[in-house]
Amino acid sequence: MLEVKFLSKNFGGVKAVRELDLAVNAGDIFGVIGPNGSGKSTLVNLISGVFPATAGQILFQGQSLSGLSPHARVKAGVARTFQNIRLFPGLTVWQNLWVARNSVEDARAEGISYRWFRRSGPFKNEIDAMLEFSGLAHKSDELASNLAFGEQRRLELARAAATKPRLLLLDEPAAGMNQDEIGDLDMRIRHLRQQGMTIILIEHVMELVMGITDRIVVLNFGSKIAEGEPAYIQKNKSVQEAYLGQPDGD
Amino acid sequence: MDYYLNLINTIGIHTLLGLSAYILLLTGQLSLAQAGFFAVGAYSAAVLTVIFGWNILPAIGLAMLITGFLAFLVGFPALRVRGLMLVVATLAFGEFVRMFFYNLKWRVTHDGVEVGPDGTMGFSEIRYFAEHGWTSWEVTSLIWIFVIIVMALIWWADQTRSGAVLRAVGEDELAAGTIGIDVTVVKVAAMTAGGIIAGLAGSLYAHQITMLDHHAFTVLLATFAIAYPILGGVSNVFGTLVAVIFIQGLLVEGLRFLGDWRMLLFGALIVVVMNLKPRGLFDSQTLQWIKNVLRLRFFRRLS
Repeated sequence: MLEVKFLSKNFGGVKAVRELDLAVNAGDIFGVIGPNGSGKSTLVNLISGVFPATAGQILFQGQSLSGLSPHARVKAGVARTFQNIRLFPGLTVWQNLWVARNSVEDARAEGISYRWFRRSGPFKNEIDAMLEFSGLAHKSDELASNLAFGEQRRLELARAAATKPRLLLLDEPAAGMNQDEIGDLDMRIRHLRQQGMTIILIEHVMELVMGITDRIVVLNFGSKIAEGEPAYIQKNKSVQEAYLGQPDGD
Repeated sequence: MDYYLNLINTIGIHTLLGLSAYILLLTGQLSLAQAGFFAVGAYSAAVLTVIFGWNILPAIGLAMLITGFLAFLVGFPALRVRGLMLVVATLAFGEFVRMFFYNLKWRVTHDGVEVGPDGTMGFSEIRYFAEHGWTSWEVTSLIWIFVIIVMALIWWADQTRSGAVLRAVGEDELAAGTIGIDVTVVKVAAMTAGGIIAGLAGSLYAHQITMLDHHAFTVLLATFAIAYPILGGVSNVFGTLVAVIFIQGLLVEGLRFLGDWRMLLFGALIVVVMNLKPRGLFDSQTLQWIKNVLRLRFFRRLS
């Protein structure tokens, strides 16, 4: 599904990602963890095309993504959310999903006139259903800026899903959430996987990551230090050292 | 009477100019090139009616196309810069256009009279309306028919997905890209549409004022163009119209007895509004408040 080969990103002298190799299987929920500053968000930005890689390759379904702008990667089937939520605050909740319907299939099905020049396309019901599922149906005409924090997170997830991606990158979706909200998020991520999306989950909340992922990669200083199933990662020595520091040796 | 008709014409033309900046402002672009597009529209339409003897409607149409195409070309390099640098780049373009017309000489002889743009002397024989026997009322009607059409079109576009996409790009360019909106296409389209409308405003201006002078297209005009939608807010097109009436009708004409000191008020007004109401005088909250007040009055009268 997604192959990352020898990927590097330098910011001036800082090597945020170094010679990283990854392979994500279709249908997996793939976890990426690591201490702060280990290059997790940079990885998401590189895959989604927010900035170009210094070296290396990203292959999505066998095709190279390098040189494609973010919107072209969405058309190819890669969508993302942001660590610090980035909605369109001045648009209504409904409009936030409306403008996200940019998949090739949707564009073709809607036709030019519906797509650009009508008040609501033939997919009004579909958008309403997405809002219903996100628990935001009653806020459909509210401005996105008026939503509570948890609601904003749900809307951003729904907006990314509205682009109908095959690969969805979630950058710390549980940050700032309480236990109930994390449980709800867990359910939503599983639901998206059922719909056929492959998911890369970047997260600090271990309880979520360990329960939901099929495979996990651990980054530290931009390099991969471990990869495997959740149970293996939990027991891994170098992972514990990365998080807790090295034992003194006595 | 003609004094008031002229004021109404000016308000109409400046509303179009303000709306051309309004569209760009929706996508988050602050452009000082609108005075330049206005000048291109004015000179193109005037050259077509005076030198080539065209009817005014096709002349306006072609002038709009020329200006739109120019805006399309300017759009691409202008998009490589954003924020303050875009302001500087578009300002430079506006001055470039002005200096072009400052130097443009294109004199031809019609029926023994020399007509056409005359460089520093300006372009002063744009007598289409007088020659074809248009009354002042007819000129005002023509201008306002265009104003109404453009306002209706933008208002309607704002209800469609196009409007939502323009606003999405203006709200957060990066987020817009990562949900699959081609930001470059949207911005160039907005620039082109803005150019077409500024061209329309310019071509009406040329024939209404009957003489063009490069002094009319300085940065002051460009500032007016962006001041209208900034003051009026970008919630809807009526804010721009109200801002034009306020600035042109009240500040520029109403306070004429203050002489050039009133321009000081204009500057002060923008500073005050930007501080008190950063989303424009008529942002969504104020509009809601006005609606509530009107509704209260209405119900009180019923009871």
